[in-house]
Amino acid sequence: MYPENFRYTKEHEWVLAEGDSATVGITDHAQEELGDIVYVDLPKVGSRVEQGKSLGSVESVKAVSDIYSPVSGEVTEVNSTLADSPEKLNEDPHGAAWLVKIRLSATGELQNLMTASDYQTYVGAEK
Amino acid sequence: MQSAPSLRTTPLHSVHCGLSAKMVDFGGWDMPVQYSGILEEHHAVRRAVGVFDVSHMGEIEIRGPEAAQLTDFVTTNHVARLKTGQAHYSGLLYETGGFVDDILVHKVADDHYFLCVNASNQDKDFEHIRSANRFDAEVENAGPRYSQLAIQGPKALATLQKLTPVDLSAIRYYWFTDGEVAGTPARIAHTGYTGEDGYEIYVPPAEAERIWNLVLDAGAEFGIKPCGLGARNTLRLEAKMALYGHEIDASISPLEADLGWIVKLDKGDFIGRGALVRQKEKGLTRRLIGFEMRGRGIGRDGYEVSIDGVPAGWVTSGSPSPTLCKNIGLCYLPIAHAQPGQAIQILIRNQPVDAVTVETPFYKRAK
Repeated sequence: MYPENFRYTKEHEWVLAEGDSATVGITDHAQEELGDIVYVDLPKVGSRVEQGKSLGSVESVKAVSDIYSPVSGEVTEVNSTLADSPEKLNEDPHGAAWLVKIRLSATGELQNLMTASDYQTYVGAEK
Repeated sequence: MQSAPSLRTTPLHSVHCGLSAKMVDFGGWDMPVQYSGILEEHHAVRRAVGVFDVSHMGEIEIRGPEAAQLTDFVTTNHVARLKTGQAHYSGLLYETGGFVDDILVHKVADDHYFLCVNASNQDKDFEHIRSANRFDAEVENAGPRYSQLAIQGPKALATLQKLTPVDLSAIRYYWFTDGEVAGTPARIAHTGYTGEDGYEIYVPPAEAERIWNLVLDAGAEFGIKPCGLGARNTLRLEAKMALYGHEIDASISPLEADLGWIVKLDKGDFIGRGALVRQKEKGLTRRLIGFEMRGRGIGRDGYEVSIDGVPAGWVTSGSPSPTLCKNIGLCYLPIAHAQPGQAIQILIRNQPVDAVTVETPFYKRAK
């Protein structure tokens, strides 16, 4: 369910790092908890984000939730398809519905995050 | 799935968990907010049929030679106009004119009225009515004796008809009958909280799970869905039905809530009448009005509303409308601005976003 090569936050974001570049998204558990997603607000390319600080928000039929950046760095790419098709976040949160790509400013931060098995245990315990 | 021990549950709680419903604390009750998804459930009700467990709702029975007098004294609508087997929407008010609760009053017999009340208000309602009881009548907090299922949608009749010998087509809208569902005594009411055609049935709690499953089987050919409180909220909002704690509460009068039609000032005395008369004489200062978002965003409960940059009111409910594919909501505005066509701004996460007031209801079913 949760890809082994991702790292995870307690706030239910995932990050896939390759060198100093990282792809960020929300987890399947997050989309499941949110329900039908109707809006996704993301930062602009070039903006700087910090680990644990707000990266944007997702809005479902029921409520708005902040997305917290799992890593620090500069946003290099934004998944623009989500503006018109936010429902993709419900369908493929670990794949096509990634949120942003970030050039990492501190690769060591990845050590602060959970592995797939840790995250699996974490969401299992949360229920 | 475990619920916190302090939360109350309906007899269908384990059924919901078995269906992998997402559960939430709703006014102290552990209730399903959604099963397959709010949008899918919403569309099932608008296009076919859905079933809701609303057993958390409270029931209060008023019996005795002066049951009608007591019911009339504690509610805003005109009880004497109800015929046996008929129901109406009404308000239970404080002396101040604010809402204790909004309720449905059913006339079972000349000496017997059956009230359906909000889950989280039932104990407060019961105490309120009992303390006003200077009549030859008895008041019973009857919630534990009933489970309630709502079968709603254009295929509600075809679904429920399979389970009852009662001719459902003979029950007019906002009428009810005492009959049987699946061989069990049931109160079958042609009422609902979705803006769609449908029925609300009151059954013994011990039979709730069996009847729930039979309803799902009966509706399978129409694509019935179990529906949670999430879809119930989007459905009622499209139909502009009030939700206690949002559009109405102890500080809001029915006149302000655009519910003047449930207030019958000329019926005789009732609790809150004096305050409403004074409010009417002085003129209202604010009123509930619908809005549609023009800018990108959803104006949600509690968000501030401004007009030309000046704070003017607040949002009581706001949501995407799955039927209309717009973002809609209700808000309180100063009376001078509470007219359709008023440009407003809603403060969404500290950003003013344009919206405009509109006529309501947002959705009305074709008859």
